[in-house]
Amino acid sequence: MEKSADAYWRATLRLIAVVLAIWFAVSFLAGIVFAPALNSIHLGGYPLGFWFAHQGSIYVFVALIFWYAKKMDDIDREFDVHEE
Amino acid sequence: MSLTAWIWLMVGLSFAIYIGIAVWSRAGSTSEFYAAGGGVNPVLNGMATAADWMSAASFISMAGLISSMGYGGGLFLMGWTGGYVLLAMTLAPYLRKFGKFTVPQFIGERFYSKSAAVVAVICLLLASLTYIIGQMTGVGVAFSRFLGVSNEVGIYVGMGIVFLYAVFGGMKGITYTQVAQYIVLIVAYTIPAIFIATMLTGNPIPQLALGSTLKGSDVYLLERLDQIVTELGFGKYTTATAGSTLNMFVYTLSLMIGTAGLPHVIMRFFTVPRVKDARSSAGWALVFIAILYTTAPAVAAMARYNLLATVYPAALENKPLVAADQGIRYEERPDWMKRWEVTGLLKFADKNGDGRIQYYNDATKDEATKKRFADAGWKGNELTVNADIIVLANPEIALLPGWVIGLVAAGGLAAALSTAAGLLMAIAAAISHDLVKGVFMPNISEEGELMAGRIAMAVAIVVSGWLGLNPPGFAAGTVALAFGLAASSLFPAIMMGIFSKKMNKEGVIAGMIAGMFVTLFYVFAHKGIFFIKGTEYLDLIGGPNSFFGITPEAFGAVGAVVNFIVAFLVDKFTPEPPAHIQKLVEDVRVPRGAGAVTGGHH
Repeated sequence: MEKSADAYWRATLRLIAVVLAIWFAVSFLAGIVFAPALNSIHLGGYPLGFWFAHQGSIYVFVALIFWYAKKMDDIDREFDVHEE
Repeated sequence: MSLTAWIWLMVGLSFAIYIGIAVWSRAGSTSEFYAAGGGVNPVLNGMATAADWMSAASFISMAGLISSMGYGGGLFLMGWTGGYVLLAMTLAPYLRKFGKFTVPQFIGERFYSKSAAVVAVICLLLASLTYIIGQMTGVGVAFSRFLGVSNEVGIYVGMGIVFLYAVFGGMKGITYTQVAQYIVLIVAYTIPAIFIATMLTGNPIPQLALGSTLKGSDVYLLERLDQIVTELGFGKYTTATAGSTLNMFVYTLSLMIGTAGLPHVIMRFFTVPRVKDARSSAGWALVFIAILYTTAPAVAAMARYNLLATVYPAALENKPLVAADQGIRYEERPDWMKRWEVTGLLKFADKNGDGRIQYYNDATKDEATKKRFADAGWKGNELTVNADIIVLANPEIALLPGWVIGLVAAGGLAAALSTAAGLLMAIAAAISHDLVKGVFMPNISEEGELMAGRIAMAVAIVVSGWLGLNPPGFAAGTVALAFGLAASSLFPAIMMGIFSKKMNKEGVIAGMIAGMFVTLFYVFAHKGIFFIKGTEYLDLIGGPNSFFGITPEAFGAVGAVVNFIVAFLVDKFTPEPPAHIQKLVEDVRVPRGAGAVTGGHH
C-alpha cells in the first residue's frame, strides 16, 4: 500500500512536470522571450509572437487543463485511488 | 428611445434578475452561506467562478490597458489565464480533498498552528482589500458615466450598491446569481466586439477579425494600426513591451501565481462534489474566462484604431496625419467625447490654440519624429483618455445602437459587483470564521458569526471605497498589486503544505511574513504606505523600479521566491512536523475518501 501510494504520487508529479513544461513554453518562451524572433513569421495578419501572447497561449492553457484532468483520472484508476 | 433610457432599462433588468435569484435561493445556515452545501455542478461552478473572477479589471479596465500598451498588454492575458493551469494541478484537487472551507483553515490545520492561520488571515485581508480598491475604481468609472456625475460621486454610489448586494445573500445565492451575471457580462462584452469586428474587417468573429484585413483593402488591421501609431510617435502596437522583457516575464508570472493564491477563487473549488470535479471545474472556469480573454485583444486593437480614426479622419484615407490641418475640430467632436468629458476621465487642452484636437505621443525620444510634430505646429498632446474608459466608451466610439451601450453598462456592473461580492465573502469568512470563531471566541453562536461577517464586509467596503477615491493606479493595475500580494504570501504556503511533507509551521510562518513584507515594502515605496498618497518613500529603495527595472505590480513573483527560500531555510533548522501531520499530507494527495466539506459549524 505504501509503495503504491509513492508510485501514485510519482506518476502525478511526472504529469504535472509535463504540463508545466508546455505551460511555460507557450507563454514565457513563445509569448515573451522568443516573441521578437517569432514575429517574423505571420499567421494571417498576426505576427506569431504577438499571437502567442494575445491568443495562442490561452487556447493551449484550456486544452492543457482538460488533458491533465483526463490523464489524472486514468492515473487514479490505474492505482485504484479513484472516487466511487 | 434615448441612450439614458436604454442604460437604465438594461441595468435595471439585470439587477432585477440577480435580486430575484438571490431571494429565491436565500442562504440559511452558515455552511450554505459560505459554500452552497458542496453540491454545485462543475460546469455551473466553472461559470460562477468565471463571473467571480472576471472583475471590473477584466471587463472594464483590461482591454483599455492593452489598447494603450499594445503587445505588452499580453501580460494580463497570459497572466490571468495561465494561473488556472497552476490552480487546477497544484491546489484545487488537494484543497477539495482536505475538505475545509477557507484558506486560513487549511493553513491552520496543515501547519498545526493558530498563529499560521492568523498570519494567513492577515495576508488574505491585505490582498482582498487591495483587490476591492481596484473594483471600486472600476465601479466609479461606470457609475460616473452612466449617472453623468463626477468619478467621486460614482464611487459613493458604487459603495452603497456593493454593500446592499453583498450582505444580502450567501455563497449559494451568489453561485446562481453569478451564473446569471456571467451570462450578462459575456453577452455584453462580445456583442459590441462582434459589431465592431464586422464593421472594420467584415469578419464577425473578433478572434479572427484581429488577424484579418481591413474591409475594402488588402492591408491587415494590425499592420495599419502599427503604421498609424508609429506615425504619431507611439510604440509599435504589435511589439511594444511593458518595460523590459524581464519585467514582462516577472509580471506575467506574478499574475499567474497570484491567480492561484487568491482566496475567493480557491474557495470556489471547495464547493464541487468530488476531487475529480475540482480539476475539471478549473478547466470549465477557464473556458468561460477564455471567451472574454481572447476577445479582449480584438476589442483593444479595434478601439485604438477607432479612437485614432475619430481624431484623425485622414487615417481612413491613408493621408498623412502629422500636419497643421489634422486632428478634428474641437467644436465638431463626437457626442461620446462630450459625455465622457463630464466625468473628468477624458480631457482636452488646446495647447497650440488651433481649435483642433491633436492626440499623439509628445514624449517620443525619436528626433525625426519630434521634428515632424514641431513642423506641423503641434505644441504637445492635447487629449488625455483614461485607459479605464475605453471598453465602456468603445460602443459609443463605434456609434453602435443605444441598447448595446446599455448592455455594456449592465455587463460592467455585473463584473464589478460579482467580484466585489465574492471578495467580501472571503473577507467575511476570514474574519468571522477563521479569526473570531477560530481564535478568539470559539463559542460564538451562528447568528453572532454571521453578524461578525456582515460587519467585516461593511468595514471593508468603506475602507476600500475611501482608498478607491485616490486609487494607486488604473483598475487593472491596482488589481495586479493585489495579485502580487497573494502570490507572495498565500500561494507558496498552500503549495508547500501539499507538496512538501516535511514543511513545518515555523518555516511557513516565516516564509509568509517574509514574502508579504518584501512585496509590501516595494509596493508601498512606489504607491504610498497603505496606498495613502504622499507617503511614498522611493528614495529609500533608490528610485522607481530600482530592483532590476521591475515595476511594483510585477514584484509579487520576487516576493514568492523570497517566501520559498525563507521557508525552506527556517524549516531546515527547526523540528519536523509531527507524524500525524505527515500522514495527513499523504492522505490529502489521494482522491479516494473525499467526504463532504466540514468546518462550517461544529
